[in-house]
Amino acid sequence: MKRKLLSIAAAAACALGGAAQAQVTDGVVKIGVMNDMSGLYADISGPGALVAARMAVEDFQKTSKAGLKMEVVGADHQNKPDIGSNIARTWFDVDKVDVIVDVPTSSVALAVNQIVREKNKVFLNSGAATSDLTGKACSPNTVHWTYDTWMLANGTGTAIAKTGGNTWFFLTADYAFGHALERDTEAAVVKAGGRTVGKVRTPFPSQDFSSFLLQAQASKAKIIALANAGGDTINSIKQASEFGITKGGQNLAGMLMFINDVHALGLNTAQGLIFTESFYWDLNDQTRAWSRRFAAAHGGKMPSMVQAGVYSSVLHYLKAVEASKTDTGTKVVEQMKALPTDDPLFGKGSIRADGRKIHPVYLVEVKKPSESKGPWDYHKVRATIPANEAFRPLDAGECPLVKK
Amino acid sequence: MEIFGIPSQALFGQLLIGLINGSFYALLSLGLAVIFGLLNIINFTHGAQYMLGAFVAYLGLTKFGINYWLALLLTPLLVGATGVLIERTMLKQLYKLDHLYGLLLTFGLALIIQGLFRNEFGSSGMPYPVPEVFQGGFNLGFMFLPKYRAWVIVASLVVCLATWYVIERTKLGAYLRAATENPALVQAFGINVPRMITLTYGFGVALAALAGVMAAPIYQVNPTMGADLIIVVFAVVVIGGMGSIMGAIVTGFGLGLIEGLTKVFYPEASATVIFVIMAIVLLLKPAGLFGTQK
Amino acid sequence: MTTPAIASASTASNKSLWVAFAIMVAVFAIAPIWVYPVFLMKVMCFALFACAFNLLLGFGGLLSFGHAMFLGLAGYTSAHAAKVWGWNPELAVVFGTLSAAVLAYVAGSLAIRRQGIYFAMITLALAQMVFFFSLQAPFTGGEDGIQAVPRGQLFGFIDLASNTNMYIFVLAIFLAGFLFIWRVVHSPFGQILKAIREHQDRATSLGYDTDRFKLLAFVISGALAGTAGAVKALVFQLASLTDVHWSMSGEVVLMTLVGGMGTLFGPVAGAAVIVSMQNYLAELGAWVTIVQGVIFVICVLAFRRGIVGEIANWLKKPL
Repeated sequence: MKRKLLSIAAAAACALGGAAQAQVTDGVVKIGVMNDMSGLYADISGPGALVAARMAVEDFQKTSKAGLKMEVVGADHQNKPDIGSNIARTWFDVDKVDVIVDVPTSSVALAVNQIVREKNKVFLNSGAATSDLTGKACSPNTVHWTYDTWMLANGTGTAIAKTGGNTWFFLTADYAFGHALERDTEAAVVKAGGRTVGKVRTPFPSQDFSSFLLQAQASKAKIIALANAGGDTINSIKQASEFGITKGGQNLAGMLMFINDVHALGLNTAQGLIFTESFYWDLNDQTRAWSRRFAAAHGGKMPSMVQAGVYSSVLHYLKAVEASKTDTGTKVVEQMKALPTDDPLFGKGSIRADGRKIHPVYLVEVKKPSESKGPWDYHKVRATIPANEAFRPLDAGECPLVKK
Repeated sequence: MEIFGIPSQALFGQLLIGLINGSFYALLSLGLAVIFGLLNIINFTHGAQYMLGAFVAYLGLTKFGINYWLALLLTPLLVGATGVLIERTMLKQLYKLDHLYGLLLTFGLALIIQGLFRNEFGSSGMPYPVPEVFQGGFNLGFMFLPKYRAWVIVASLVVCLATWYVIERTKLGAYLRAATENPALVQAFGINVPRMITLTYGFGVALAALAGVMAAPIYQVNPTMGADLIIVVFAVVVIGGMGSIMGAIVTGFGLGLIEGLTKVFYPEASATVIFVIMAIVLLLKPAGLFGTQK
Repeated sequence: MTTPAIASASTASNKSLWVAFAIMVAVFAIAPIWVYPVFLMKVMCFALFACAFNLLLGFGGLLSFGHAMFLGLAGYTSAHAAKVWGWNPELAVVFGTLSAAVLAYVAGSLAIRRQGIYFAMITLALAQMVFFFSLQAPFTGGEDGIQAVPRGQLFGFIDLASNTNMYIFVLAIFLAGFLFIWRVVHSPFGQILKAIREHQDRATSLGYDTDRFKLLAFVISGALAGTAGAVKALVFQLASLTDVHWSMSGEVVLMTLVGGMGTLFGPVAGAAVIVSMQNYLAELGAWVTIVQGVIFVICVLAFRRGIVGEIANWLKKPL
């Protein structure tokens, strides 16, 4: 009798423990890291994002009691929306992936956003810039983590326009991201009292910007804004110095730059550039500790804000899965919005109704070679923009999820 | 003073930039025209060989400390040698078949070379420094012309004209041209035709590699640098006349200028303008501007 | 373009063709049980694309290096029709096919003026123009492409959002296109086309207006490539720049080469091989390009008949 009771009790205990996992589809939380593994953005996200995701899983397992089984897989979308959507479809239909993470390149992010919504899974975007992900294209399945064009435009654009850079010429990469960045920056500049004196659309991607830089030079604008990213930004900066543009008194504003770009350019060429980012490895003790762990697993390279965003978003997601006892799309995202975030990398923040994660943002300037103590010691923080000011106001985004 | 709404200063600046781009078009289409005109092979690998030239220069500098000037000399020889190898082992077998097989083979080779380098080096570019003697530039009043880019124009003009001279005006060139018209007869005269063909292919490839070395300090040295460029160069060669050496040179520079102008007045069309011109030329003069109907 | 003269027009030897056809239908009908249906639909779309291309190359002797323009443009127009105008899928596919046919007529009129390599170069350049047009034109969405294309209701009541219904639709179109090409090849028109391929001057001296025939072949080929593109846009609910890029033109050449030029079933086999390879090697990134290049080189040097060509040669029957 006692044995029977005990066995019933044991069975019940197993069932209870099992029930916590029974809600998780197929018993495994499968995390898919999709990004550009070999191309333009391989350094900014690439294999490093996989490292970051795995670190998040490890750290979660140390503190969690839910006994969740987790798996991390990766794929290369080669910056093409058809490949990205193919991978997303196959991952959801065949490989039972539950959440897609990272996805730089706005056109791919928008395509994946659509598919995630159809299949009711979760999309934690860290790499893409388009603010449409929390605007027109916002979805109850998507969280946009690290940055977006509005944040960049507002941070860099307003700060520079207010300090004397009031005439702007835009070199815009001719694709979704470039257009969005140009639109948002122009709005911020105009609001801060500046004006645009010229624009030119550059084919994406380009190698030779000499013709466009000459036009920028002829416009005599005080600030030449580079509404592009990755190799395009690096090329335009190098060629600008080749053509004596900075010596001639005009300043370059890199609208989207990462620490990896500064590393590729070298401090000689990059010094003095001002831009906005939401994470820098050398900000405080916590970021330093985490970044050193990351670098040890990633060939000595310090993390970019995108890779840091992958870590934080995955960690928060796992906490939400544990708390809501499910990994079904919209329910987890609701839970993620309900829990405030506090992680060693981005500090205190939260996720808004439109899926936008907010956190403090930093205006940084690239150090002169004499000011730097070694590789990766590149940025000095000029200003901190608090979380509630750094991102587009909730009601300004045309997101249908936001109740007016 | 304004011309069509653009200040003349800006216009001349853009024309000069166009001339610089035209130098690369001319050098590359010269190599293609030599190979096609004399060997009837469409060398789709040309873009990859241009990229090879840039990479060999880059690797030479970073691994062996070979400077720019040495690279200018050695790289074309090295890459030209690989061209000779390709011709000897693979292209030779296709001469008796339809010419299109040659196109397909070189297309496949281009994919292989590009894929290998992309695998090894990723897609972002490698930096290659401008040689010290060319750093800085001339202040021309209407623009600041970096010295290196001036060198590019001069060097490519010299190479193009020298090549044209050798092929059209010397005895060696005469043998080459005769060999393409009637290889059996020329062989009967005791000239080693197969070897000439091999060396000609190697020379065309060397020209591509030379363009690659010269491009290294300006554009990023990256595995995809030749891929989209090669199609534009094909258009240049078709416009100039597929077998005409002078046609390739003139069209290369000319199209660079036209592209530069388009970038000023209507930048969105700058990539298409060459193809539009090609379509028009083909409608009016199918053999190309300088070509002869074969 | 000289190819091994295996394809024969006599109806007597059609038995091998019907057997092969039956096998192909059976494979595509049963495979979805084990293989991911969306993957199979992709294979069928590319198989139709390659068959259309082969009509021009294998039977007409004209190498077009710009066939992606038909695949891609039809993809865009049918996606636009389905998404913005809200047309039913069958109408969207028809619209895509027609727009590709119009483009083929215009492009063909320009390209037919020249032969051989020049023809290939012209098609390549025209395709580049279509690519840059697609990059700039507002309706194509540039880098984003046209996303969230609704699959719609076939004939107004069959919901294609279900993968099963969509599969049957795609299979039907693929088989219809395939049979049409079969009919064209074995018709008097097909005979004359082959004659032009073998010896154009002789065909002219017999009184045939070779340019008209070549143009018609070009238009049929382009239109069917457009059908493939239109269907593909509905299957994946996306029309993007990849489909108008010149590397796509290169891929269809590869599929036809690997499968066997001048055979009816070659392009289908070639498409299956290449699409599978891309799928399974996708994790290896740049290796896909390298492998494709190696296959090109090997096929040109040592394997010119292609898979189905070799089988047909071994069986001594046309395929």
